[in-house]
Amino acid sequence: MTTLYTSDHEWLSIEGDVATIGITDFAQAQLGDVVFVELPQVGRALKKTEAAAVVESVKAASDVYAPITGEVVEVNQAIVDEPALVNTDAGGKAWFFKLKIADRSELGGLMDEAAYKAHTA
Amino acid sequence: MAEPAAATSSSLKRTPLHALHVSLGGKMVPFAGYEMPVQYAPGVLKEHLHTRAAAGLFDVSHMGQVALVPKSGKVADAAAALERLVPQDIIGIPPGRQRYAQFTSAEGGILDDLMVANFGEHLVLVVNAACKEADIQLLREGLSDVCEVQPLADRALLALQGPRAAAVLTKFCADADSLRFMDAGPRMVDGLACYVSRSGYTGEDGYEISVPADKAEQLAEALLSDKDVLPIGLGARDSLRLEAGLCLYGHDIDTGTTPVEAALEWSVQKVRRTGGARAGGFPGADKILAQFDSGAARRRVGLRPEGRAPVREGATLFATADASEPVGKVTSGGFGPTLNAPVAMGYVPTALAAVDTQLFADVRGQRLPLRVAAMPFVPNTYKR
Repeated sequence: MTTLYTSDHEWLSIEGDVATIGITDFAQAQLGDVVFVELPQVGRALKKTEAAAVVESVKAASDVYAPITGEVVEVNQAIVDEPALVNTDAGGKAWFFKLKIADRSELGGLMDEAAYKAHTA
Repeated sequence: MAEPAAATSSSLKRTPLHALHVSLGGKMVPFAGYEMPVQYAPGVLKEHLHTRAAAGLFDVSHMGQVALVPKSGKVADAAAALERLVPQDIIGIPPGRQRYAQFTSAEGGILDDLMVANFGEHLVLVVNAACKEADIQLLREGLSDVCEVQPLADRALLALQGPRAAAVLTKFCADADSLRFMDAGPRMVDGLACYVSRSGYTGEDGYEISVPADKAEQLAEALLSDKDVLPIGLGARDSLRLEAGLCLYGHDIDTGTTPVEAALEWSVQKVRRTGGARAGGFPGADKILAQFDSGAARRRVGLRPEGRAPVREGATLFATADASEPVGKVTSGGFGPTLNAPVAMGYVPTALAAVDTQLFADVRGQRLPLRVAAMPFVPNTYKR
């Protein structure tokens, strides 16, 4: 299992041909208390950089973009029911959605953990 | 994830409490030309709930404090002069009391909203930060024949809000609890020559305390030393005032809205309305008094989204789920932590302004149902 990062503060955990996607702990800290999450429909085909989900804190709404192209195969209802989970476990239980990877070459453009740490330093 | 644009802090002004905000871990952002704390470590949600449960301390030193000193020595002369600029009964404010007011334009719009206190010998005004230069110019142009217009630039302004505010302030100002809502005047607080009013912008009981700028940090630290008091940033200030149904200038009211459209009729006393002893005589009186007599076409209302999604400022409102023409717009909206639900306010045609009227808001291309709701959304706890 490999974890990759985007400059927009999403993480992707790659297992076989499925990527699990969430927002980073840095992102949740910037957002503040999350009060609402909207996730894509299962089956939706997302293009890389397309707005895929919405995460809202008390103050502001932010889009979560598809970091790669793929079809949504699963979404995490737990963060819709309990948005605060995004603050308490952004890198774990509070994953957003899973994509069936359409083009593995897109993974090459993403950051590893060391590069992401440097990006947020 | 989209990040907010980075703030440039080079040209921003600082309040006398800037160093304290930074030392307390405040996340500083630009607001109305000032570098202000939007939140501290606990975050907006906890700061909001703490203010409603105990007490919160807010730095509102960016707001403008202005004394109107009558050249005649008679405060009634200053009050009469100010009535040229606002539709409120200023002459009728007794010594030791304050009142909510608006500066109006010739077109009947709102140039700013403000508090006016009668200090016995003179008036003290508190105006919005973003408008204060224009307000001072307006006052100087309009009232200099009668008053000295004195900006109180050497004073900071703190707000202590919440159910524990009275008990906390009493430790530093023995008669704090003898003030009633909207009482205002000079008081010694922790040995400092302050102006204290029992008022605020949260819907909670509480105080606003004007303190000499060089003593502001000392007073803030004294108040924060009480375990019931936490520092509160602008984020929670906004969610608190929204739940309280209070207008934010530049959003819910501006030069394009009249006091009647803004549902602020309660703030215009009968003596200044048609048939009153001092009817009219303020900018835009023809339009505003006509709206009092025959109604305005649109009205500011409270809105409760039926789902969980916040409906934010700028969202367009529709009468039905499939209507093509919008009927209005949201002017403030977000999540109300005390209600644990989204809340908003906005303008709709008067025919659609009745409580419980079903409307729809466009949010990211979807039509979300909401209903017109009475304000305040959270009952206020003023000590009248």
